[in-house]
Amino acid sequence: MSSPDTADGQRLITGAEALREAMDQCMAADDRVFLMGEGAADPKGIFGTTSGLVETYGPDRVIEMPVAENGLTGIAIGAALMGRRPVMVHQRVDFALLALEQIFNNAAKAHYVTAGKHTVPLVIRMIIGRGWGQGPEHSQSLESVFAHFPGLKVVLPSTPRDAKGMLIAAIRDDNPVVMLEHRWTHYTTGDVPEELYEIPLSGPSHVRKGNDVTIVATSYMTYEARAAVDAMQAAGVSADLFDMRVLQPLDLGPVIESVRRTGRLIMADVGWKSFGAGAEIVASVVEQAFADMKAAPVRLGLPDHPTPSSRSLVPDFYPYSGDIVAATANITGAADRLGPVVAALAEARAQRPVDVPNPDFRGPF
Amino acid sequence: MIDPAVRLALYRDMLRVRLIEEAVADRYHLDNEMRCPVHLSIGQEAVSAGVCLALRADDQIVTTHRGHAHYLSKGGDLNAMLCEFHGKAPGCCGGRGGSMHLFDSAAGVLMSAPIVASSIPVGVGAALGLKQAGSDGVAVVFLGDASVEEGVFHESANFAAIRKLPVIFVCENNLFSVYTPLDQRQPDRPLTDLASAHGLASLQVDGNDCEAVYNATARAVATARSGAGATFILADTYRWREHCGPYYDNDLGYRSVEEFERWRSRDPVDMQRRRLADGKLLEAAADEKLAAEIADEIDRAFDFALNAPFPDPRTAGDHVFA
Repeated sequence: MSSPDTADGQRLITGAEALREAMDQCMAADDRVFLMGEGAADPKGIFGTTSGLVETYGPDRVIEMPVAENGLTGIAIGAALMGRRPVMVHQRVDFALLALEQIFNNAAKAHYVTAGKHTVPLVIRMIIGRGWGQGPEHSQSLESVFAHFPGLKVVLPSTPRDAKGMLIAAIRDDNPVVMLEHRWTHYTTGDVPEELYEIPLSGPSHVRKGNDVTIVATSYMTYEARAAVDAMQAAGVSADLFDMRVLQPLDLGPVIESVRRTGRLIMADVGWKSFGAGAEIVASVVEQAFADMKAAPVRLGLPDHPTPSSRSLVPDFYPYSGDIVAATANITGAADRLGPVVAALAEARAQRPVDVPNPDFRGPF
Repeated sequence: MIDPAVRLALYRDMLRVRLIEEAVADRYHLDNEMRCPVHLSIGQEAVSAGVCLALRADDQIVTTHRGHAHYLSKGGDLNAMLCEFHGKAPGCCGGRGGSMHLFDSAAGVLMSAPIVASSIPVGVGAALGLKQAGSDGVAVVFLGDASVEEGVFHESANFAAIRKLPVIFVCENNLFSVYTPLDQRQPDRPLTDLASAHGLASLQVDGNDCEAVYNATARAVATARSGAGATFILADTYRWREHCGPYYDNDLGYRSVEEFERWRSRDPVDMQRRRLADGKLLEAAADEKLAAEIADEIDRAFDFALNAPFPDPRTAGDHVFA
């Protein structure tokens, strides 16, 4: 490992390095923790998030999984019931679809059905793909599916600091935790403490403070929303921005408090708009803050069709910062001030490829 | 040769399971207080007795919707089982599971699941957990003949084989998945071939002969404890009552009365009773005393369940998260 970049006393590492570090430190601290995944012990190490672990901890603790998602999920559940602390990883969310029976019937319900006597301390990492033509079955963002089932914690870290702290918290948690990592968040860099620390698996993080509109984003959309908020700030429109990094259990308290103050709500959903996490969030906030709202809420999310592969088909598929600013313009009446901001963001977007997280990205996955 | 005390214990266990299951059937619609589906094990008692009596208390079992016998033979608490059937607070799940979610941590009954094959990987995972913890405990996975039609059986068998896990798959072939016979669901080949293909030791026993099941299990347990890996035991047997519920269902026409009578003439409880009597190990008077003791235990357990409190409705939302 190269030493991390440092600037201004910060320890800057990528999301992928943060995840690897969390796993390494948890395995060193607790010999009950073990890892299973298709590719967990291979030379690419799940995009670098598990690299080197098999050399340190051996093949009994870094288990290169047979290609059997449902069976191995059940096996992880059985080991968890016996007091072990398994972490399973899927290179794409889409592979975890083969394991839904075990996740929904056994992992999610063991604690409830035994009236609290059994616990399933299981973490299932799933990666949401995007870009370089991933296509319809390598890019699904299915957090609302998992969040639908009582008994599963569902978390979506977006920053490297959250990725490390939330993975550590998930491994120490006595509940099954589904952790959805957007592939592009693996590339982001941020200040990450070297020690073991937890980010609590509850509530949103308050990313930006403002008064004119409340914006709630999930996963990668936090980055698009942050770009939107920062651009609007220069135009004199301030936004309260929340990264809804925990969907289950859902704590909307800070969001509702914010909407009561701003009177406006925009939801920027990383998944499909219809029946998505944003649908639940908006409905719940409106139920409780309706009297204080000055405008109808806005939902941004993926349209009702599968993800196409060709880069020519995705520009209107994924919402971006300009869409968030345009929505803000519509509900705040600040169209005159925000119109140029939208135009500038659209111009900047047109300058770079739409299907990669950064200009250096060369795929293939 | 099995120790005489074990041979008697096998008989006592089967008789107890039989009488408990018959009491469940008799009382099911008598007072309509057991308001959950029940899948009775009557006719299949030799498998649960033969397997579970070859295990230690700290060995783990997982089972299916038809799991009463396994739970009881492994030492699961009778009061907790009957309270669960009655939806009462002292039930093993506090009334949250019903008959298809039996477990008893103290007895090593890890879990039961109603979805076919769903508990198979969990049992393999229990074996992985035991091995990781450095224990010489073993896990037993009870499954039915239809379970091998599920992909998850093959996923689990493959992993058990490649990791040499201390697990024993006990496949109770009762010839039917609900009303559909085996020959309409699977080609004509030995079920044991499926396990052999995965690299598991695989053998077939008379599932109505508790001593044959016991001997096969004891060998498989020794193999597993020694670190030599997993075994698949196919036990041929037959369900007497309907798939779900207290009655007989031969009137439906999905199986012949001749077939049913052929299996009933090989009643596992009666076979062992005659065997013990022939060996001068069980006098008629002792047998009657045994049945009376069990009947008394069953009466007390039903009284306990009927008089037990229901869970507080305000607790229905508890324990979603630990």
